[in-house]
Amino acid sequence: MSQDIAILGVGMHPWGKWGRNFVEYGVAAARVALKDAGVAWKDIQFVSGAATMRCGYPGYVAGATFAQALGWNGCEVNTSYAACASGSQALAAARTKILSGQCDVALVIGADTTPKGFLAPAKGYRPEDPDWVRFYIGITNPTYFALYARRRIDVYGDTLEDFAAVKLKNAEHGSHNPNARYRKLFTREDVAASPMVADPLRLMDICATSDGGAAIIVSSLEYAKKIGKGNAPRIAAISTVTPAFANELVEMPDIATDSAAVVDARSFRAAVPAKAYEEAGVSPRDISLAEVYDLSTALELDWIEDLQLAPRGEAAKLLRAGDTRVGGRIPVNASGGLACFGEAVPAQALAQVCELTWQLRGQAEGRQVAHAKVGITANQGLFGHGSSVIVKK
Amino acid sequence: MSKTTVPAIAGWYTMDAGNPHLIGTRCKECGSYFFPKLTTYCRNPACDSDEFEEVQLSNRGHVWSYTNASYKPPEPFIAADPFVPYAIAAVRLDHEKMIVLGQVVEGIGVENLKVGQEMRLVLETLHEDGDQTKVIWKWKPV
Repeated sequence: MSQDIAILGVGMHPWGKWGRNFVEYGVAAARVALKDAGVAWKDIQFVSGAATMRCGYPGYVAGATFAQALGWNGCEVNTSYAACASGSQALAAARTKILSGQCDVALVIGADTTPKGFLAPAKGYRPEDPDWVRFYIGITNPTYFALYARRRIDVYGDTLEDFAAVKLKNAEHGSHNPNARYRKLFTREDVAASPMVADPLRLMDICATSDGGAAIIVSSLEYAKKIGKGNAPRIAAISTVTPAFANELVEMPDIATDSAAVVDARSFRAAVPAKAYEEAGVSPRDISLAEVYDLSTALELDWIEDLQLAPRGEAAKLLRAGDTRVGGRIPVNASGGLACFGEAVPAQALAQVCELTWQLRGQAEGRQVAHAKVGITANQGLFGHGSSVIVKK
Repeated sequence: MSKTTVPAIAGWYTMDAGNPHLIGTRCKECGSYFFPKLTTYCRNPACDSDEFEEVQLSNRGHVWSYTNASYKPPEPFIAADPFVPYAIAAVRLDHEKMIVLGQVVEGIGVENLKVGQEMRLVLETLHEDGDQTKVIWKWKPV
């Protein structure tokens, strides 16, 4: 029996810094997705909400909050919180429900309104919380992006020009995306002139936080056929694996890593897509395009290697050859990526799947990847949450 | 009156100014090291031990990577006024096979660092608090 589910419809509320309630963005995205799917809200049997968790901020009741805003329809509901992977976990919950025969068609939805500036922990003196301690000693999230970027320079020979080229490429892609927040083209000089945040990364190397919403209507293949959408793109894999001990490399925002003194070290970031490939029965050679979590320009290059699209240390070669731009051999972040969107945490993993859906349908106007058949997403967030989704024709 | 020197985080490192060590734990069964101290259940999935011994971690290691903080971090970080940027290093302890982050001592910038260079642990001021000087572990090039 096929383990695939169909993507009937997708929708987004444009990313930006709108400052309104996150529910509004989610509902707007859901309405677009329902219309795109040709499915009535009253026919939705399961709402799977992706949540955010921010010190009393009410986003954590995402599933029911969105269901109420769309008009209570008595369907079943779920809320998933998994940092950057929240959207994928919400999608996985819907897939489980569909494949077990408990529902035919579901709405998966995530939206966020983000505060300004650095993401910071709850206040007080709380040395028992290691995340509080790292902020106390002056280690913020950009520190980690910068540590990875510096390793690429010192170990692989990547250059600041390579990182800027990622920004320029994604800006070019995003300039054609009506849902992107930043649609301006940039020059190398613009990147070099932006202020240094965490050496070697400048402000324009690091993604912003944004408001936005994304929604996806998924169903069983039978239901898709019944409503005349038997050829809709399918979800072939959703990986939400945890790290495996010993996670000796700095891959999460911790003060110290696992000790690999008695157990061999294993990479978390590489494990996330590896499970997706295995589940879908797809190899990296089959991939037409990838949407990866470019929290920084340099991190996009790490992801290309974690996705096995290039040998370790050689992602910059693909970039320099133009392989990763739309029109190249393996386009990465055709949507414009986080560079053009900024991060709206609970919506972001779903936004990646929306882009793959448009690409596989041939509807990504201005940024269309020719003959796109199989796409993969990858993201990773706080403390052992990451995800990778494979969408195929 | 001179200020009293106290740890910014009590129990995480020895206060031996000349030769400080981070204080971690080691699983009595499988031998895995943990920092900060783990005292409940071993995190090696193949080990069901709940017994640990407190150990001083190696106070030398090699730079895995490094960066700096060019902007003042948010609270609970307590910044000098005006804010002075500082470097940060992720240092791999060869024996424990783990990487520990920390600020780099004052006066050493990213231009003085490179992946692979040897570092040692020192204590330095994190911030002043009334009549106390709160010290933290930092990394210093050997």
